[in-house]
Amino acid sequence: MKDARFAKFVVLVNSLVPLAMLGYDASQHRLGANPVEYLIRTTGMLALVFLILSLAITPARKISGWNSFSHFRKMLGLCAFFYGLLHFSSYFIFDRSLSLKSTWDDTFARPFILLGMTALLVMVPLALTSTNGMIKRLGAARWKKLHRLAYVAGAAGAIHYFLLVKADTGQPLAFSAVLILLLGYRLANAYLPALRRKPVIAR
Amino acid sequence: MLIKKPSDIPTREITPEGAYLNRRTFMRAGIVAGTVLATGWTYEKLNGRSDSVTATQQPPVLKDFVAAPVAPTTATGTTAPTTNAVAQVDPNLTNGFRTVEAQTPFANITNYNNFYEFSTGKESVAYAARNFVAAPWTVAIEGLVRKPKVFDLDELLKISPPEERVYRMRCVEGWSMVIPWAGMSLSKLLDRVEPLSGAKYVAFQTLVDPARMPNQRHQVLKWPYVEGLRMDEAMHPLAILASGLYGRQLPPQNGAPLRLVVPWKYGFKGIKSIVKIQLLAEKPPTTWNDFGADEYGFYANVNPLVDHPRWSQATELRIGDLKKRETLMFNGYAEQVASLYAGMDLRANF
Repeated sequence: MKDARFAKFVVLVNSLVPLAMLGYDASQHRLGANPVEYLIRTTGMLALVFLILSLAITPARKISGWNSFSHFRKMLGLCAFFYGLLHFSSYFIFDRSLSLKSTWDDTFARPFILLGMTALLVMVPLALTSTNGMIKRLGAARWKKLHRLAYVAGAAGAIHYFLLVKADTGQPLAFSAVLILLLGYRLANAYLPALRRKPVIAR
Repeated sequence: MLIKKPSDIPTREITPEGAYLNRRTFMRAGIVAGTVLATGWTYEKLNGRSDSVTATQQPPVLKDFVAAPVAPTTATGTTAPTTNAVAQVDPNLTNGFRTVEAQTPFANITNYNNFYEFSTGKESVAYAARNFVAAPWTVAIEGLVRKPKVFDLDELLKISPPEERVYRMRCVEGWSMVIPWAGMSLSKLLDRVEPLSGAKYVAFQTLVDPARMPNQRHQVLKWPYVEGLRMDEAMHPLAILASGLYGRQLPPQNGAPLRLVVPWKYGFKGIKSIVKIQLLAEKPPTTWNDFGADEYGFYANVNPLVDHPRWSQATELRIGDLKKRETLMFNGYAEQVASLYAGMDLRANF
């Protein structure tokens, strides 16, 4: 359907808007006094935002009944992984000066780095199995089970952010609240049968 | 039987295919443009960028300020390396008063600030503080002193004309700057009020005025911001009360009109917009220590060997660099201040 293709195109373009703005700001030396911190902070925030958006798709679809929402889930999830990779790369290049040993040491010295690494690594199998072919190969049920790991990535990412800030925990708490809401909806949907949409039987 | 034929619709009412496609293309372009604008706006908002405007306004030139002879600067504004001859004649290099390292540009010093009274976003402070007026201003000096006094700012600044001090500034977060402050040794002010022999500590307090410091409406930290030094630390010639930077009055975002600068300690010890100084017998509470005693000590001396529980303090990013550098013991002022802490366990007294 042409409209679905257009909708996907709109989502893709919008997903790349932050990247374009970040690139433009960098080219104009508009990343502030500490461009490295700006780059790391912004890419990390984008990864978290896209992760939350991808997790919001299923609840949004169920509540609205608008099934075409699901077209965007894969793209948003891949964007989360992409921004997460950028986040890790900027940390690895600038904060760790491209040293694998120092990255390894830092990962186990600082719990919040370990959580960030966990979030990123958990997303690797999800990105690799994001194609329709992989869904078929794994079988829908197993694929679904595997992709629940997205919640692990989200939780690890949110705690990673929370542990990083000094005193103003507003934004990390807001991210966590949205995640808890999304997870809560799913749990309620799975375990409270009353909440489930009753099938409409045609007479 | 009546079957409506397509021809029943008058030809004039049929939208030509071209026009129909045009309208569709037009609407789609509108959807793309509209969503892209909304996404861009959200991105700027989440980044805290929409409420940060780079402050370009230069504050007034500081009264009575005579800049010390500085090493020649290159066209890019960085300080050229001085020759050994200069190092030999200039005592300021041995007493730590003026480092010859490249100075951090004014725009960076005034647009990257930790000043939670205005905003918790380092790049949003300058904008949030743009309307702050630091006059009239008084500083009360009280406690264990022979001559307690409420100084009018001008009177206080006249005690000693501002001298140039080019100090390294190391933030507990892991970044650093080189800042050409203008100020006077804190000891000169303390001498003026004649401390009593029982005075062992000096406590400082920032202004509380949510109308002028808008983020004080939120209890991010406990207001007023308070800091403290041991008496011998406060009397050290490197500890200054700064009233300017780059030869100009201190901008609001940097702690106008008067702030503490203790270059061998983490930046948060440098309390800003001071209204009260007390001399005490007991160690006073300090804001960040109250907030997290396991993370921020009373001494807060720069120490690459003692990590913050959540991050390493071994390296730092000098603002303007892309590569980190090693952090120096006492921020490079060990020669001048290490004796203050002789025999102390710096791991326990971090």
